[in-house]
Amino acid sequence: MTSKLNLDFSIVDKARQSARVIAEDTQKFIDRHTTVAVERTIVRLLGVDGIDDIERPLPNVVVDNIKKGGGLAEGAAFWLGNAMVAYGKTAQEIAEGISAGEIDLVKVPVQDMGKVTEVVEAEAAKMVERIKNNRAQRDQFLTEIGEGPKPYLYVIVATGNIYEDVLQAQAAARQGADIIAVIRTTAQSLLDYVPFGATTEGFGGTYATQENFRIMRKALDEVGMEVGRYIRLCNYCSGLCMPEIAAMGAIERLDVMLNDALYGILFRDINMQRTLVDQYFSRIINGYAGIIINTGEDNYLTTADAIEEAHTVLASQFINEQFALLAGLPEEQMGLGHAFEMNPDTEDGFLLELSQAQMAREIFPNAPLKYMPPTKYMTGNIFKGHIQDALFNVVSIMTNQGLQLLGMPTEAIHTPLLQDRALSIENAKYIFNNMRHFGDEVEFKKDGIIQTRAQGVLKEAADLLMEIEEIGIMSTIEQGKFASVTRKIDGGKGLDGVTQKGERYFNPFIPMMLGGK
Amino acid sequence: MSAQNGLDLTKVKPYGDTMNDGMMQFSFTLPIPLSEESKEAAKQLLIKMGIEEPAVVSAQDLGVGYTFFIMYGKSTHTVDFTQIEVPKVDSDVMDKYAVEDFIEANIGRDVVIVGACTGTDAHTVGIDAIMNMKGYDGHYGLERYHGIKAYNLGAQVPNEELVAKAIELGADAIIVSQIVTQKDVHIPNMTQLIELLESEGLRDKMIICAGGPRISYELAKELGYDAGFGTGTYAEDVASFVVQALAKKLNK
Repeated sequence: MTSKLNLDFSIVDKARQSARVIAEDTQKFIDRHTTVAVERTIVRLLGVDGIDDIERPLPNVVVDNIKKGGGLAEGAAFWLGNAMVAYGKTAQEIAEGISAGEIDLVKVPVQDMGKVTEVVEAEAAKMVERIKNNRAQRDQFLTEIGEGPKPYLYVIVATGNIYEDVLQAQAAARQGADIIAVIRTTAQSLLDYVPFGATTEGFGGTYATQENFRIMRKALDEVGMEVGRYIRLCNYCSGLCMPEIAAMGAIERLDVMLNDALYGILFRDINMQRTLVDQYFSRIINGYAGIIINTGEDNYLTTADAIEEAHTVLASQFINEQFALLAGLPEEQMGLGHAFEMNPDTEDGFLLELSQAQMAREIFPNAPLKYMPPTKYMTGNIFKGHIQDALFNVVSIMTNQGLQLLGMPTEAIHTPLLQDRALSIENAKYIFNNMRHFGDEVEFKKDGIIQTRAQGVLKEAADLLMEIEEIGIMSTIEQGKFASVTRKIDGGKGLDGVTQKGERYFNPFIPMMLGGK
Repeated sequence: MSAQNGLDLTKVKPYGDTMNDGMMQFSFTLPIPLSEESKEAAKQLLIKMGIEEPAVVSAQDLGVGYTFFIMYGKSTHTVDFTQIEVPKVDSDVMDKYAVEDFIEANIGRDVVIVGACTGTDAHTVGIDAIMNMKGYDGHYGLERYHGIKAYNLGAQVPNEELVAKAIELGADAIIVSQIVTQKDVHIPNMTQLIELLESEGLRDKMIICAGGPRISYELAKELGYDAGFGTGTYAEDVASFVVQALAKKLNK
């Protein structure tokens, strides 16, 4: 590939190699540990669903029972399988038995290990098959009804009421949107359980529940058939239930998931050990389910400066790429994140944004990059905001971004009104169509502002990655190198849910899903 | 002066391109399909709002049988500007250096300010802009001020934790950021902080401020805060208020 930016690809290779070492080093820690969220995910994937009479999800009931009995290290697959063999019941029946106080998993007599793995693997294979079929169904939709051209127009709905969300989502699809993201209610990322059922009350968003996923999936399939484009559904696979949400999404055929290796640590103060272990299993599931993940580097620039800290975005993209590869997630599903967040008063700021977007494109040529709109410098002047969003759209079409999260003129005021979304879609459609091949027609001046900027950011990112390679990812985060946020290795939420794996521990889904088709 | 012709401060109305023409822009959606009837409905709505000569300049189907209107019309209403009173922060705004000098001259020790984005709110962009070293838009944050010890506790801090931390650090002031205000979720949260401080006997010992895009001085006062700061607030606005209020309190 010829580089418009005249990038030195030996530096890219070096940076990528550093990221590889960083990820592999962290992977050793990940492989030794499990978490309550990982175990609840296994419980879900073994077919357990529903809530008890005080609305506690049964996967929590099961894993809490194991944890209380001191058996978390052996894992839910072992304990559930053991009870399934002992009583000849399904996982769901065992879970209900625990809920009724009739079964205490760690007290069930230990059965023959061969039989336990056999029963668990048979059950796991059914779910893996179901997820595989979902993937095939998506491919079939894409073949039969097709999809919109990239960059996909990505909009959010956030009413708090799933039925109202459906109305807004269908309207957006008819206006031209390709991806609908249902924003989660504020603070769901900090719940250590996934709520159950259809929900109509949320703040600034709607609860991610399996039933809500199902309702929206159905609505988008219907409107997709009508408009002749497959409409992708996106949700948020982050926070304390990262792998559980991945499992629910895989089961209900979501297409896109926010899923960052570091985001929860930095921005939600979730313990880093917890998140690193959780992200691994969540990405294995997303990878297998054919889900495009979105990483969260764009968020760095909401707290750190977009010009000074651009290299941290690139460094983090390299790291996210390697973590994703280790989890068997192919480049084609890596929606690496970045953003158009420079102060609009910056002279030649557009050139710098263009440079960075092109840089991401050239360094990650196969990734459907996720490009985020201006938020930090949106002012409430909706007219100016609409123009800021237009410049953002211009950069995107010139640099072939993959997923375009559309900026709203009313960003910084309220969650989008129906008409705000329509105006934003109109803005993007106009620019993408009117400038479709502009990027192919222009080259950048040798050693000009645009080339120099990208070369400088790349060099800084490579240096930072070398530094991280020396000290490891955990110390790097402790020192506040990403997003200017500092987190401690034993700080944050969810640490008590992390444990070392015991001798009998097994997770049947990892060998079945990792890198599998 | 001729451009001023016709301006009566007791009867102010919008200005389009001629004094007192009353011209206003509107954009809104009606949950009815695009048709001549829905355009008429939009016009009638504006007439009910006191708008004369309403004109639909754009009407667009939004895909679900709803219609988006852009309209112009002339306001018949006026306001008496001479009678308007708005409660405001009644301290002088000083720049960073003046604040630092003020602390040295009038307080003579470090001022401890604890800030957080409280309740369920996960958006730290506001509190970061005010507190972090870097600040926002070229205005340094409180962490960079000599004479201010600033502690940013980050997002989703429960009020209880905030109060405990404020006691531990010997805070002179607490500043709270509330960005997510959908369905007024910030009101009970902001109220609870004040109640908590009152029950701990701390309310009068500290300066308590709130900020956010939907927070006004008036609302903050109503909820029992010393001040509220809306959009366009920088660190020096908050710092100026806090140090002056603190000096007043200490020198009473």
